[in-house]
Amino acid sequence: MKFRAKIIDVGCLNHFTRVVNTVSRLTKACVLRLTCDHLYFVLSGRVATGGVSMWCELSQVNFFDEFQLEGVSADANEIFLEVAPENFSRALKTAQNAKSVKIKLTKKTCPCLTLAAELPSLSSVSRVVTHDIPVDVIPRRLWHDFREPQMPDFDVSIYLPPLKTMKSVVDRMKNLSNYLVLEANLNGEMNLKIETDLVSVTTHFKELGNPPWGDDGSQSSSPTHRDPDLMAEARVDIKKLQQFLMGQQVNPSKAMCNIVHRRILHLIFLHEDVSLQYFIPAVV
Amino acid sequence: MDCVATGGNVKVLAKAIHSLSRIGEELYLEPVEDGLALRSVNSSRSAFACFLLSPLFFQRFQAPSDQSFRCKMPIKSVQAVFKSLASLDRSVEKCRIQLNSEKSRLTITLHCKHGLLKTHNLSFQDCESLQAVFDKDSCANVLQAQPRLMVDTVLHFPPSLEEVNLSVSSDRVWLRNHVEDDADSSRAMMTELCLSAEEFDHFAVSTQTSITFCLKELRGLLVFAESSGLPISMYFDEPGSPVILSVTDSVLEGNFVLATLSEESHPKNHVNSNTKCPDTEQPPDDFMSDDMDSFLIAMETSELPGPSHVPTSPPRLSNRKDNRKHSFSEEEQEEEALTEGPPNKKFCSLFFGSVLPTPSHMPNQTMQSQEVLASDSEDENEPQTS
Repeated sequence: MKFRAKIIDVGCLNHFTRVVNTVSRLTKACVLRLTCDHLYFVLSGRVATGGVSMWCELSQVNFFDEFQLEGVSADANEIFLEVAPENFSRALKTAQNAKSVKIKLTKKTCPCLTLAAELPSLSSVSRVVTHDIPVDVIPRRLWHDFREPQMPDFDVSIYLPPLKTMKSVVDRMKNLSNYLVLEANLNGEMNLKIETDLVSVTTHFKELGNPPWGDDGSQSSSPTHRDPDLMAEARVDIKKLQQFLMGQQVNPSKAMCNIVHRRILHLIFLHEDVSLQYFIPAVV
Repeated sequence: MDCVATGGNVKVLAKAIHSLSRIGEELYLEPVEDGLALRSVNSSRSAFACFLLSPLFFQRFQAPSDQSFRCKMPIKSVQAVFKSLASLDRSVEKCRIQLNSEKSRLTITLHCKHGLLKTHNLSFQDCESLQAVFDKDSCANVLQAQPRLMVDTVLHFPPSLEEVNLSVSSDRVWLRNHVEDDADSSRAMMTELCLSAEEFDHFAVSTQTSITFCLKELRGLLVFAESSGLPISMYFDEPGSPVILSVTDSVLEGNFVLATLSEESHPKNHVNSNTKCPDTEQPPDDFMSDDMDSFLIAMETSELPGPSHVPTSPPRLSNRKDNRKHSFSEEEQEEEALTEGPPNKKFCSLFFGSVLPTPSHMPNQTMQSQEVLASDSEDENEPQTS
């Protein structure tokens, strides 16, 4: 098993760092899946994480100048590592003005992802900072736990309102209630609702637009004759939603969510070369 | 005693006090032949800092009539006088420190703009003279760098990092986070920064060596040096000997003395194939061993000149252990129970002189010759022998 990669472009490095920072804000531990073309940060839904799951996909060619991978075997040319994204984040943080950053899979006292950054220095010899991030190699028999999640058979798909607005609304609602209901319809209308014994608050958004699934999604191409005004809703733990919104470091070019009525909230953020999907299960 | 600092030096004085506050809870103040000494030590006696302000630092410097005057006070009270550093140089024109011996008060008066006078009366306690024993000239290795280099280097390590390992070879310096040898250590993230000798203003390494010390306590000096623009010099020897960092200019000298881990073998760190890190073996030095029981016994029974207060009461010993626990590995707790074999690694307590001989003698004394442990006059519960 071998892995070596190198970033030399400062813009790519910054962008990659932002992605890692976002992931580190969402979870303390996740799986890093490496293939020849992509990197994936995966969190599979477990009771421990409250059932949320995450799938973040990066196209390696947009970030790395060099990328060499030799997976577990010829027919399984991939590597799955369990890593603490916060360590990764910390390592990248101080390398932001590096001339080059090399990432390698190494074996020190335990398997590590070694990040070596060549930094500008006052002399002819560069400063080199090396971080050894401990990882766990995930055996092949467990790989099926970390497959790409299926697009759920959603009832409504809608574009989200501007993130900043949504963040501030959710922030304030968090002070009043532990649970939030997100409901939306095919008419581009979305409501964020909280309800307690003392107070209920609803924020209405209109004219958000609905993504035209048909070719990609699992929605059948024939319209389901769903009443466009009919709301699909999901009641979720407000902290999880807030955590997701807070972690975003870059404004996505497309932000949408799919709602499976009373089951799942599926958030999708698309950037040019990164896609992030986050699943929050609905609570009763 | 009557000292007056003016202009920019007021801020320098304030910054010196702030950096001392990163070391210990109390500020020891002592006018000496060469000026005014401000000192602090941490509770486990593994870090000591001293700023010596020469009479030229002050617009006016009048030593007290009582030659042996010295005092200590809670450093927070003094910091409160100099809070809001940023506005100090804009608002304060003059700072006057006077000793009011009848009332046992140290009066600090800030003369501010528009005729405003802020007077602070601080009560102090009498104390023993506090002086760690160290000799910069006898250190085998000397490095000097601009503060920017040190600050940039330290940035790579998390602010919570306690201990750091510094290794030098003939042309390189490595800084690594130090990880304790326990179950968790193999899972800890290791960071290493490698600098070339060229980045230093002065690089004199006579013996390849590797020392481990506490980074946290050093940050105070880094902040001071960066704001003053003074280069930082580092003096060190083998593991176990203290590392001394100092900043100097024509009117002041600041020394931060930190104990280093005494180890019998090379620290357990990742061996990077690119490094030429030496494997230094140090013979265990009995006197440097941190086995407090044996040391105290040796002190009592040998011909060592006794300190004026002998710390023998058992509660005091356990107090020391507890104080040091937070800097040391968890191993220590178990190892104190063992009767045989020196502990694997410990920070050495710095040895202090109890009564300060004349300052001119100090530079010549080394760790070996000065064998007396100063009393901890801070411990109110300790039975005192007058």
